[in-house]
Amino acid sequence: MHHSQVSEHATTTGIDHRKMLIWVFLGSECMFFGSLLATYLIYYGQSLPGTPTPGEILDIPTTSVSTFVLLMSSLMMVLAYSSISRGNVRNFRIWILCTALLGSTFLGFQIFEFTEFAREGLTPKTNLFGTTFFTLTGFHGAHVTVGVIWLLSLFGYSFKGDLTKDGGVNVDLIALYWHFVDVVWIVIFTVVYLIGITNAVHNAHG
Amino acid sequence: MEHSPHSREADHPTPLTYVKIATILVIITAVEVGIFYIDALADVLIPIFIALSAVKFALVAMFYMHLKFDERLFSWLFVGGMLLATFVILALMTLFGSL
Amino acid sequence: MASIAGALRRPTSPTGLWRWMTTVDHKKIGVLYGVSSFLFFLFGGLEALIMRVQLARAGHDIVSPEVFSQLFTMHALTMIFLGVMPLSAAFFNLMVPLMIGARDVAFPRLNAFSYWVFLFGAIVLQSGWLLGGSPNVGWFAYAPLTSSSFSPGNGMEFYIVGLGILGISSVAAALNFIVTIINMRAPGMSLMRMPVFIWMTLITSFLLITAFPVITVGLIELYFDRTFGMNFFNSAAGADVVLWQHLFWVFGHPEVYILILPAMGIVSEVLPTFSRKPLFGYPVVVLSGITIGFMGWAVWSHHMFTVGLGPIANSVFAITTMSIAVPTAVKIFNWIATMWGGSISLKTPMLFAIGFIAMFVIGGLSGVMHSVAPADAQQQDTYFVVAHLHYVLFGGSIFAIFSGIYYWFPKASGRMLNDRIGQINFWLVTIGFNLAFFPMHFLGLDGMPRRQYTYQSEMGWDLWNLVSTTGSLILAIGILVFLHNFFRSLRHGEIAGNDPWDGRTLEWSISSPPPEYNFATIPTVHGRDAFWEEKYGHDGMNVPASVEASNATEEGHHGIHMPSPSYMPMIAAIGLSVAGYGLIYHFAASVVGACITLVAIFGWAMEPPAEPTE
Repeated sequence: MHHSQVSEHATTTGIDHRKMLIWVFLGSECMFFGSLLATYLIYYGQSLPGTPTPGEILDIPTTSVSTFVLLMSSLMMVLAYSSISRGNVRNFRIWILCTALLGSTFLGFQIFEFTEFAREGLTPKTNLFGTTFFTLTGFHGAHVTVGVIWLLSLFGYSFKGDLTKDGGVNVDLIALYWHFVDVVWIVIFTVVYLIGITNAVHNAHG
Repeated sequence: MEHSPHSREADHPTPLTYVKIATILVIITAVEVGIFYIDALADVLIPIFIALSAVKFALVAMFYMHLKFDERLFSWLFVGGMLLATFVILALMTLFGSL
Repeated sequence: MASIAGALRRPTSPTGLWRWMTTVDHKKIGVLYGVSSFLFFLFGGLEALIMRVQLARAGHDIVSPEVFSQLFTMHALTMIFLGVMPLSAAFFNLMVPLMIGARDVAFPRLNAFSYWVFLFGAIVLQSGWLLGGSPNVGWFAYAPLTSSSFSPGNGMEFYIVGLGILGISSVAAALNFIVTIINMRAPGMSLMRMPVFIWMTLITSFLLITAFPVITVGLIELYFDRTFGMNFFNSAAGADVVLWQHLFWVFGHPEVYILILPAMGIVSEVLPTFSRKPLFGYPVVVLSGITIGFMGWAVWSHHMFTVGLGPIANSVFAITTMSIAVPTAVKIFNWIATMWGGSISLKTPMLFAIGFIAMFVIGGLSGVMHSVAPADAQQQDTYFVVAHLHYVLFGGSIFAIFSGIYYWFPKASGRMLNDRIGQINFWLVTIGFNLAFFPMHFLGLDGMPRRQYTYQSEMGWDLWNLVSTTGSLILAIGILVFLHNFFRSLRHGEIAGNDPWDGRTLEWSISSPPPEYNFATIPTVHGRDAFWEEKYGHDGMNVPASVEASNATEEGHHGIHMPSPSYMPMIAAIGLSVAGYGLIYHFAASVVGACITLVAIFGWAMEPPAEPTE
């Protein structure tokens, strides 16, 4: 037998190197999104008067749908991992394709949203809200895009290689990344959309 | 949640569990969107939103990201990153008078 | 995809230059980091010497103010990001696997990727000298001076893209070392049995992965303002330019601990070896390092005492800054206690390590003076800060790095650096360094501002400036002596053997240089200072136990499978740099660069870490 996979060697903790890597990486990503969010929150409410505000521009009904779509994509993802870890490659392919599809749908919503806002007068150059909003949600979208490419790559790879090896760890990695991106969206939806509008409306009345 | 006290590894939630979690996530989101429109609740909305989204966050982290069943180390790494990020956000907001 | 990867058939037994360009061996990567960073260190030193000659007397006109601004900006960026950090990375690469009893790092190709990205990032950062002007806004690049209206031209773009790419290199390397240290230790090496150098590497790596994202966001925001007219630092739109300072220093303060902790790790290995005593208070030293790592997040605005944050903010940060002196002082006491009662051998590594303690204490004292916010109001932006930072970064980090070089050069090359020449090196550097930087305390307290290309002779600063410049020249000669020692020893140095220093840790149990696979048999560890235990037994009685010769044997080599060389890391790094230049000149290049990187990543994912043997 040949030892061609360095990863088969025993590790001090018993944990696969790659799993540990992705978790440390996600810890790092918390700081990345944290800094973007900090900037957003610092500049919240500071845009010049007369320029578009969250209350005027953001649309809860549409964004609720896209949030739902992303949440469902996480379900698809976890079912994909569940399938591959049980050795069911056929089902894996279906679920991971669904994940990519829902992820792409989310991106479609975001592109629609961005173009709508631009039509209504909010661009990254317009004011602090525009600058911080597009940057924060844009980088989130970029992360979703990278995720979709990764998902589709694994879908393609499932036809030529063995993803069930090592308990499906390769799928576990994208799954963790994907759920993290979903979780970041939970924070953004709550802070930027729900609280952002409530606060603005509340202060307007108060 | 059914799980045996010994092997954490052995307790992979079933697909049905995942669907149940997904249902809860959808319901919470629907509730959030619903109460958003209730003017009477305006004063308490923000704490409620924070609490509800924290529940969603925890569900995804613990079940979808498997933190509940995996090595503690992963939880530390993730929670550590989040705590540090939260600290930096709150510190900066305080320094800018946004809090 | 497979055909593209197949077209670039994996190198099988590359030789010469290709061997270096496709290596995934941590030892070779360590040498690459070491040589490159030392060259940049010399370049940064040259920039410093030009500044010192310019400032040797009042009203001097060797360089114009425009050039001087680029010099002080690039000197700092070069020394920090292309000097100290990659020199530390050289040591991480060379020594971490050896000290934990591993055959390589967890992700060898990612390791190679980190190096190439570093090299290309360094080139981007230095591009300005040839491509229209380097950044000239100080290494901290405060807004709004960095806006497109006040800093036209591409200088800021080289800064933004250069540092952004360097950040990717650092984060990738740090991720690798975290996994390596947690997951690849020899059996029996619990966390509290690891050498302190490994602990410091681990803490530094965590600081790297959490701090760099913050500056990355700052750089992105600055780039967006300059390139797309966004409003992050646009006061006219209601922005607060101080946001840049906060983002920069939230990164910048952990960054200085990133610069000093590896140095402290090196010294924590050298002192016990040359005192023939275990490190005093190992758990306390480790805990202090961890504490510094955490507390380093709570002090950043001490760089902003004069910005007008208000008395409450200033007081809070003054207190946290004073507090962080405590764990550092604790380490100093432990190092001194290590030497106390030990059998001291004043070889060159030890000279630099003791020098480190002395210089770092001086730097720490001026640091504590800075922490008193009202006093800092006078010291800020004066030469007092220049004195402080050089005492901790040169007297601290660089001294420790020289200690590490003299200590570990035998292991890496198989030959000793000449100790007599080393002593001359040490004394010239120490005398030169102190002459160069101690007078800056006086100049600073007397009000001489930083970052000014000249000064009036009426100020009375001429004498100390002349002394300082003289010192810098002596320091430069000391560095030249080192270079002489280095090149001479590569050819004619005394053969080192496995264990020239009667060392305490695992790297000394194998040959110098080590075989490609490091350890023929992975050792089992029974305590701290594992190799010392193996040699002298648990009670330390000088009964030389028969140590298993772990030298390369034919039997030992069969069945040890090392990761194979690869083109992919370098190609991915090239793609990243092309993309980076695209961000500066034309977005089409960014698309091309991104595609190159993507193809390289696919190729990387397709090839196994190690090719099966025939």
